Amino acid sequence: MKKIAAYTALVLGAFIFAYPFVWMLSASFKPEYEIGDMSLMSSNWTFASYQLVFSTIPLFSAFLNSIIVSLTVTGAVLFFGSMAAYSLAKLKWRGRDTVFNLILFTMMVPFMVLLIPLYTLVVKFGWTDSLVGLIVPFMMNATALLILRQSFLTIPTSLLEAARIDGCSEWRILRQIVWPLSIPALITAGIIVLTANWNQALWPIMVIRNEALMTMPQMVLLFTVGGGAQARLGPQLAAGILLALPIVVIYLIFQRRFISSMASSGLKG
Amino acid sequence: MRLSLNNFLGKSFLSFSFGRGAGGYLMIAPYLLHLVVFLGYPLVFAFVLVFHRWDIITPMEFAGLKNITRLIHDDLFFKALLNTGFFLSIHIPLQIFTALFFADLLNGKLKGQDFFRTIYFLPVVVSGVVVAILFSQLFAFENGYINGLIRALGGERIPWLVSPQWAMPSIAIIVTWKNVGFYIILFLAGMQNIPATLYEVAALEGASTWQRWTRVTIPLLNPTIVTVIVLSTIGGFSLFIEPYMLTGGGPLNSTLSAVLYIYNQAFYFNHMGYAAALGFAFACIIFIVVYLQKRFVMEDIY
Repeated sequence: MKKIAAYTALVLGAFIFAYPFVWMLSASFKPEYEIGDMSLMSSNWTFASYQLVFSTIPLFSAFLNSIIVSLTVTGAVLFFGSMAAYSLAKLKWRGRDTVFNLILFTMMVPFMVLLIPLYTLVVKFGWTDSLVGLIVPFMMNATALLILRQSFLTIPTSLLEAARIDGCSEWRILRQIVWPLSIPALITAGIIVLTANWNQALWPIMVIRNEALMTMPQMVLLFTVGGGAQARLGPQLAAGILLALPIVVIYLIFQRRFISSMASSGLKG
Repeated sequence: MRLSLNNFLGKSFLSFSFGRGAGGYLMIAPYLLHLVVFLGYPLVFAFVLVFHRWDIITPMEFAGLKNITRLIHDDLFFKALLNTGFFLSIHIPLQIFTALFFADLLNGKLKGQDFFRTIYFLPVVVSGVVVAILFSQLFAFENGYINGLIRALGGERIPWLVSPQWAMPSIAIIVTWKNVGFYIILFLAGMQNIPATLYEVAALEGASTWQRWTRVTIPLLNPTIVTVIVLSTIGGFSLFIEPYMLTGGGPLNSTLSAVLYIYNQAFYFNHMGYAAALGFAFACIIFIVVYLQKRFVMEDIY
């Protein structure tokens, strides 16, 4: 009995969180005048909304830009982050703990303080209207660093010692011992960084004006807010569906990993 | 475990000539360099900017305390603060209750948990832009889905995003909807750390559901609850995409958020110095609020 109530509530919840997306999907294929209808079905399915999106904005190039930026940023964060995390976790040097505390402290700075000066810095470097301006400021990430360090700490030092005695450089240790043993942490950190970076819209809006270099969220945002959709609802919804698609696909494939990754980032906070 | 063989050719100077210590410094050097250039320097520069007038194009002029005095007398600054407070007063309780409710449901031994978790977490993963587009239409006054439902049930249409009274609550609902999944998972993890024996004891002593919640679950979830409150608060101050896309800060500045205001000052008015001052002001307020929350909420439970 209690179970029935529980299941009903769960299903109701699923409805609340999933139905809007289902509606969005269906409405994107409906003719404009039917979008106000409550029913999910239509007798006049059409691609018109999608056609308008593709004929108005270079969405595919935006998609590629997003891929280039997000993959590069994620790669850099994991690479430099694991170097730093390894150094903090397994190497002994003077000032190590002070530096670690300093890094923890920097996590507390709200981004809004850095927004303007970081922008002016990027302008000074000449990185506006360039993917470099989207990538370089975000190549290091403290949350990823924490996750990796946490994972590296669990690697038995004796393993590393043995490698050192054999003449392994710290580089090789990192590559051949630490990384293979830390795949879950690398994936966790990778997912967090990839998702956050992919969905980022504020920074690209500030830094990129050239349409050829815009990222996908930025392009869709400007399409809906800037009138590219000609005040029609269908194309806006279509653009939204297209924007959501890549991440949702990856999410559905890696569900468990995804959920546990992002949840563990909250626990660190 | 594959340990490498003696490899004098491949041995880098990291391990021999300078001793192991150098390796540590070298490996963390890129990170620290990045930190100094892209965090340290901007932070210092932000502070400098506060005392100057600058529009990027012309050279900076020293302005003393003008930005600060302007801030103290700025109605919009306080309006943004008020809006954020209003937002949080709706968002945080809604978030906590909804997340606790569903986390509790998912904590049972029900089948299909993975399925439900995947669905509940879906809005978290998707871009804020998508959610804004979605809700701009669901909450539309004329033909929006929600108003359609309300009218079908015999009620009056609600001016969700177009009235100064409803705009911020609408945004609070939207942001809550988008993020609850994340907090459900957090609470779920916290709940699963509560030993079942505690509940058994409570049951033996004849505790009611209410008591089960207030004497066992909530006190033991206290750290998680504080985390939820703090993260939501920081999120509330960082609100940008939703007001930017849905209301532009209006109507009548009712949805002007902190970051939106900074953005407008910097990019519409080119008041870089003032924008920097705003950034610092809001950041300080965040610190104070979070500090108070940590103290206040922790005490409350004991």
